[in-house]
Amino acid sequence: MNEHILRTRDIVKIYRVSAGAFKEKRLLKAVNGVSITLEKGGVLGLVGESGCGKSTVARLLLGLEPPTSGEVWLNSRSISLTRRREVARRIQPIFQDPYSSLNPRKSVGSIISLPLRVHKIGSAAERRRKVEDMMDVVGLARRLQHSFPNQLSGGQRQRVAVARALVMQPDIVICDEPTSALDVSVQAQILNLLIDLRNEFGLTYIVISHDLAVVEHLASRVAVMYLGRIVEEATTKEIFQSPRHPYTQALLTSVLTPEPRLGLPETHLGIAYPNPIDPPPGCTFHPRCPKATERCRTVTPEPVVEGGRLVECFYPESM
Amino acid sequence: MKQVLEVKNLHVDIPLAAGVLHAVRDVSFSVERAQTFSLVGESGCGKSLTALAIMNLLPKRALRSAEALNFEGRDLSQARERKMSQIRGNKMSMIFQEPMTSLNPCYTIGNQLEEAVLRHKKVTRREARDRAVFLLDKVGITAAESRLKQYPHQLSGGLRQRMMIAMALMCGPSLIIADEPTTALDVTIQAQILALLASLQREFDTGLILITHDLGIVARVADRVAVMYCGQVVETGGITELFENPLHPYTQGLLRCIPIPGQTKSGEHLGSIPGLVPTPIGELTGCTFRNRCRYAFEDCAKQEIGLREISPGRTYRCLLSPEVCTQNAYTGTSS
Repeated sequence: MNEHILRTRDIVKIYRVSAGAFKEKRLLKAVNGVSITLEKGGVLGLVGESGCGKSTVARLLLGLEPPTSGEVWLNSRSISLTRRREVARRIQPIFQDPYSSLNPRKSVGSIISLPLRVHKIGSAAERRRKVEDMMDVVGLARRLQHSFPNQLSGGQRQRVAVARALVMQPDIVICDEPTSALDVSVQAQILNLLIDLRNEFGLTYIVISHDLAVVEHLASRVAVMYLGRIVEEATTKEIFQSPRHPYTQALLTSVLTPEPRLGLPETHLGIAYPNPIDPPPGCTFHPRCPKATERCRTVTPEPVVEGGRLVECFYPESM
Repeated sequence: MKQVLEVKNLHVDIPLAAGVLHAVRDVSFSVERAQTFSLVGESGCGKSLTALAIMNLLPKRALRSAEALNFEGRDLSQARERKMSQIRGNKMSMIFQEPMTSLNPCYTIGNQLEEAVLRHKKVTRREARDRAVFLLDKVGITAAESRLKQYPHQLSGGLRQRMMIAMALMCGPSLIIADEPTTALDVTIQAQILALLASLQREFDTGLILITHDLGIVARVADRVAVMYCGQVVETGGITELFENPLHPYTQGLLRCIPIPGQTKSGEHLGSIPGLVPTPIGELTGCTFRNRCRYAFEDCAKQEIGLREISPGRTYRCLLSPEVCTQNAYTGTSS
């Protein structure tokens, strides 16, 4: 049995959103009962479409926001009882857009060394050495230390973001759409880098992406989210070879690989994406689901765990 | 005449402080009715500028020159703005990437749909409205009648993009230029929108120029494709030939970069193209890809490299022979 490095149970995050001037605030359940277990050295892929709550999960795991209910444990210690700094030492993020996640007024060296300064690690000279080592590791030329983010390309910026995340030697790195702002050839470079770093430092990743091909390439386990819930979770191989939830199946057929003979897929999905403030009753996926019945429209399905796989559907594909 | 657009030797130069940026160089292609022609390349390769140049919507300081821009048999390369404004939105329409920024938030959907047809065609308001309802229905928007009174912010991203498609079809264009039409959308919705675009284009017998950075989309939607790199077309062909037998080292490199579930081994290195795209400023000689190309040799820097045609419509821009290129495609592994 592998060590559980990060675990959540039924985390819920509710935002109060404005429904217009003079109207009462409405409740948006961004994350609605998510349980995740992350094994040391594993890579968990979190996939889903925009608005499904995957980035909110990342914020909760990073301790940037407290969950409305439920608990996050880091090495069997609740992060609500752990100091912010301690959490930040262990879990670091890499964000989607390296154009907005780097301070444009700081030099590359200063961006990468910021975590060290916050945690008061080493002398100035030691910090500089650490920064240079880190730049070597992520493949940035040392002379770029004194450059500013606007002088770098998208790929270089994302390398800076990776270096900043790794300079504290965290255990877990949460990559939120790490390559979606990059061109294909650069995306491949960054994915290769992430793979190398994981092997070299024994990192544990959570990879959040809407691109299933990227997730398949990096992840060992995949959780599929829809409207704040995990609707299916299994090993990457199982998800890709025998998806059980109709939403997972639709996501998989929607992956457009460069194979011209396949043509455009038919997803069999309805076009009405539900409003998360006003989620449909029963199974939240039923308005788009080709298999939906009366039961789906009225009764909310419970997660079912069979053979190490979780699925939340009344009529899952048999294994 | 099946051909709607023929572009011959299109150049776009943008004078900058650092010198002249040769943003588009020697681009030639043609599009037929009911055909999807795709321009694919990474950011900055000149694909969007090519589209803007065709419609004469380039930024003011950009200089366009072309041997010919034949649209429905008429050369537009010298056409004045007045002439162009009669064509744009009428016979030639456009679908942009982010529907929210290209729709006016202050006007109703009905208003924006009807605007072009009222301007370009002799129709009554009633006829324009009927056309709008008909097309909203065509693009799969339910309760079309009542939608006309709504504003863009009341629709989801997918519905907005459907509305953009309806808008592009209002005047019955013979050519639609779609610039990254699905980049801002979710994957499941992307597939639906592309399927819709493909079926309507065939139904209305319209030519389509699809501009994208996503080779997956190209492979599934397009009939013909031109791969662009650094302002130039480096390879053209029908999609099956091009994807199954890519000749140019850049195309081959791009295809190796893409993870394909079930084919690329997860956790292993993807192919990648080392280095960065150069900025085409000032005098350019030789192949612009040579610094990133692993097959480059001395001659690549010396001479201007033309497009070589190996069969009708199948061209590539490289000094290596097609046989050598094909061999490279098979033997080349990730670098």
